[in-house]
Amino acid sequence: MTYVPHSQAERQAMLAAIGVDRVEDLFADVPEALRFPKVSLPEPLSELEILQELQWMSESNADLDHYACFLGAGAYNHYVPSVVDHVISRSEFYTAYTPYQPEVSQGTLQTIFEYQSMICALTGMEAANASHYDGATSMAEAVLMAVAVSRGRRHKVILSPTIHPEYRETVRTYTQGMGLTVVGDDPGKLREGIDLDLEALKALLDSDTACLIVQNPDFFGQMESPAVLQELADAVHEAGAMFVVSADPISLGLFTPPGDYGADIVVGEGQPLGNAISFGGPYLGYFACKDQFKRKIAGRLVGETVDTHGRRGFVLTLVAREQHIRREKATSNICSNQALCALAAGVYLATLGKRGLRTVAELCYHKAHYAASQIAALEGYELVSKEPFFKEFVVRFPRPVSELNSYLLDEWGIIGGYDLGRVYPHLAGCALLCVTEMNSKGEIDYLVEALTTANFQIEGSAGSREVGS
Amino acid sequence: MTEPLIFEISSPGRCGASLPACDVPRTPLPAGMVRDDLSLPEVSEVDVIRHYVRLSQLNYGVDKGFYPLGSCTMKYNPKVNEVAARLPGFARTHPYQDPDSVQGNLTLMFELQEYLKELSGFAAVSLQPAAGAHGELTGVLIIRAYHQSRGDSKRTKMLIPDSAHGTNPASTSMCGYTTVEIKSDARGNVDLEDLRAHCDDTVAGLMLTNPNTLGLFDEHVLEIADLVHSCGGLLYGDGANFNALMGIAKPAQLGFDVMHFNLHKTFSTPHGGGGPGSGPVGVSQRLAQFLPGPIVVPAMAEDGWVGGPAEHADEHAEEHTGKHTEEHAEECHALRLAMPKHSIGRVKSFYGNFGVLIKAYTYIRVLGAEGLRQASQDAVLNANYLMHRLKDVYPLPYDRTCMHEFVLGGPPPEAEGVHTMDVAKRLMDYGFHPPTVYFPLIVHEAIMIEPTETESKATLDAFAEAMIKIAEEAVIDPDLLHSAPHVTPVTRLDETRAARRPRLRWVPPRQD
Ligand SMILES: Cc1ncc(COP(=O)(O)O)c(C=O)c1O
Repeated sequence: MTYVPHSQAERQAMLAAIGVDRVEDLFADVPEALRFPKVSLPEPLSELEILQELQWMSESNADLDHYACFLGAGAYNHYVPSVVDHVISRSEFYTAYTPYQPEVSQGTLQTIFEYQSMICALTGMEAANASHYDGATSMAEAVLMAVAVSRGRRHKVILSPTIHPEYRETVRTYTQGMGLTVVGDDPGKLREGIDLDLEALKALLDSDTACLIVQNPDFFGQMESPAVLQELADAVHEAGAMFVVSADPISLGLFTPPGDYGADIVVGEGQPLGNAISFGGPYLGYFACKDQFKRKIAGRLVGETVDTHGRRGFVLTLVAREQHIRREKATSNICSNQALCALAAGVYLATLGKRGLRTVAELCYHKAHYAASQIAALEGYELVSKEPFFKEFVVRFPRPVSELNSYLLDEWGIIGGYDLGRVYPHLAGCALLCVTEMNSKGEIDYLVEALTTANFQIEGSAGSREVGS
Repeated sequence: MTEPLIFEISSPGRCGASLPACDVPRTPLPAGMVRDDLSLPEVSEVDVIRHYVRLSQLNYGVDKGFYPLGSCTMKYNPKVNEVAARLPGFARTHPYQDPDSVQGNLTLMFELQEYLKELSGFAAVSLQPAAGAHGELTGVLIIRAYHQSRGDSKRTKMLIPDSAHGTNPASTSMCGYTTVEIKSDARGNVDLEDLRAHCDDTVAGLMLTNPNTLGLFDEHVLEIADLVHSCGGLLYGDGANFNALMGIAKPAQLGFDVMHFNLHKTFSTPHGGGGPGSGPVGVSQRLAQFLPGPIVVPAMAEDGWVGGPAEHADEHAEEHTGKHTEEHAEECHALRLAMPKHSIGRVKSFYGNFGVLIKAYTYIRVLGAEGLRQASQDAVLNANYLMHRLKDVYPLPYDRTCMHEFVLGGPPPEAEGVHTMDVAKRLMDYGFHPPTVYFPLIVHEAIMIEPTETESKATLDAFAEAMIKIAEEAVIDPDLLHSAPHVTPVTRLDETRAARRPRLRWVPPRQD
């Protein structure tokens, strides 16, 4: 099966029309010695065979339908209502491309316009684009935009050490050729292991600073109060820089949006909004900013207009910002984005609405707090996180996190927390646990029970388990 | 035919989702941190489905008809790919799980890396970049890191042919390089004289799209590679057009040092209304250690192994330990994630658009080497056939055998006052999606047509006839074109108005 429709007779007829004998003749421009190389790939499979093989391959994974998951750290296990996949499976949506021709793309365009509107509502911003590749690149694009807003005159980027480590890394990758200095995220600057030292960040602000970025709730799940962040925002603005906030969009269903505490740009990972966890992608980076910066946004923007009959319609707009027009003068090179993931996010937000989203956020909050308090009461476990936190919290384990996680996985069918020692050496022995609406009380109690036994079970034979999953 | 905004069908108190009750004791919410207002729509599940289904019906996609958007490879998206990516064993895995618990995912990624290496001739591949432009950024950063690693800091220029896509110069600028435009010659190749004149020790590299955006295979590709290499530069390949080359030529053998693939073009993964795509990057051995990561490597491979034939890694592992137990055999096939030694760093979080990788993997396994070669051959056959059917009616600025696409020079000259945009809009009345228009920039009024291999002769003939009919209309009744399209859900939209006073979101009506 090759998905090509031609019969040999049709191929011959077409070759005759072109005026060549053999299809090989069409490749005369390819250097002869290098033409038609040997390519060794596995033999082709029928649809039945490939599906069997993929089924087998996928089942060799431990997946979240069969294991209890308390792992988050930037990729989240949230419920996806059935309608979401039904909508994004409509091939009118997924087999189209960028809506360059608006007359035959109103479906895509209107869904993006609605998505932009919902992201603005969530973040408290006035303009949002059609998406970036993920939360990390969205943050990198915020940096590019801040530098562009300063007309390239500012060269310093201040990152909080409580931003997702991979986002900070991505910002550094993106900017390595731009002559910027990226500062502020030395983990040694954390107070009591995981607390953000806002004064230390503020002290770095100067007239060369393009932007200062914080994550709220931060990588450890903790939240700063709007009042404190507003103070930080004021200091950032005082220095003539931009204040960028990265936020878990689910948290924004319940907590004060960054627009209310002085953010100029709000970015984040949109995956929690109706997108499969899918081993890290495809996800979407949402990106929103204040109105005054809209002409500096990268990527696709959809705007409202009218057709020749005066009917409302939507188009890609402000295209003069983009690479296909500005070429080497563009501030970003983004072309394809994550449109279908943004569609999923839009359908998710529409389905949940303001009440549903708030309910999800509350469930996460209450369940995480319940889990944290139960674990904190266990001998040998220490809750490092302090109030307020959202759906993630840090626990110091009585033994190495990797050891304990293997025990949880092998003996209890639990996917444990993120091993913070991997990137924060001073937090070796600490795990970042995540609880969402997907974790029932029974599942949380099961985790607590597993942790209780872990302390003495690990040393001995790991086989003496009583409770199965 | 228009559809109200989802906000306009909102009714206070509605919710389209049912959620479980809270089964744990509640914790007081932190004071002063809870928001009081959130203007999301409030609709029922039926409202949601009807709204989005009706919106979908205003769209045109590959599943509806011919979508010859040049440079985008709008081939058919096999349905088995969709099933594959949704298998819960894949879709319900977390990126930070213990590698031992996601060996299925790592196997798929490792094998896809190997397949892309085999098709392109490169020594190593990273699957991390999320799209073509993201791959370009990655590739140019790799070129930069390579020069820096040699202490070669005088290279400040990136050479880019004038036919290149806008992402090429934009990616170049993001990496701190200056773009130097290289002219095309009369046959649509890179102008060798112009290239030679710009080749010196300040050149970091050349970004070449081959076949280029005119759909032409550069007749001097080997000389170009030599010229760039002899001044110490590297050759970057924009792989957007790799659909012409599967099993036809391996870019690494043509002299490319680094190239991105577009899985959403060549490897049949859907375009999603603008994404997600996937833009893996392949490199030659000397660049392998600069790849972004993590990439997937055999668990037993020595530290820093990033590429070369897979068998080697296994052999090496076996020699290394000398164990031959069954458990060991399993260990030998185990895979892990590793960061190349001098990596430019990660270009996004996690490992790439995994769901898209599954679709590309599925496609490759279903077609096999011969099927892929057949796909490229038929893509080129279809483009040449269509070009021959149209070239007597529309101007063809570069009249040569084309590869997988070709570029016409606008409407027939006798159709006064009619522009490419008018032809494009009129095509919609005939039920077709228009081609790419006004790109590449070096062709005035460009109409860039890429039929792809999944279209039948009957479809190509129908499209050719529509184009020929439109050429006639353009002369007899130009206003028919100026006012087109006539049968679409909306007519031409006022783009100037949209840009002058941008309305980028719905604003709740004031309640006072
Ligand atoms: C020749 C060429 N290069 C680069 C790109 C950018 O690829 P992407 O949209 O996947 O980022 C495109 C996109 O259409 C293209 O046609």
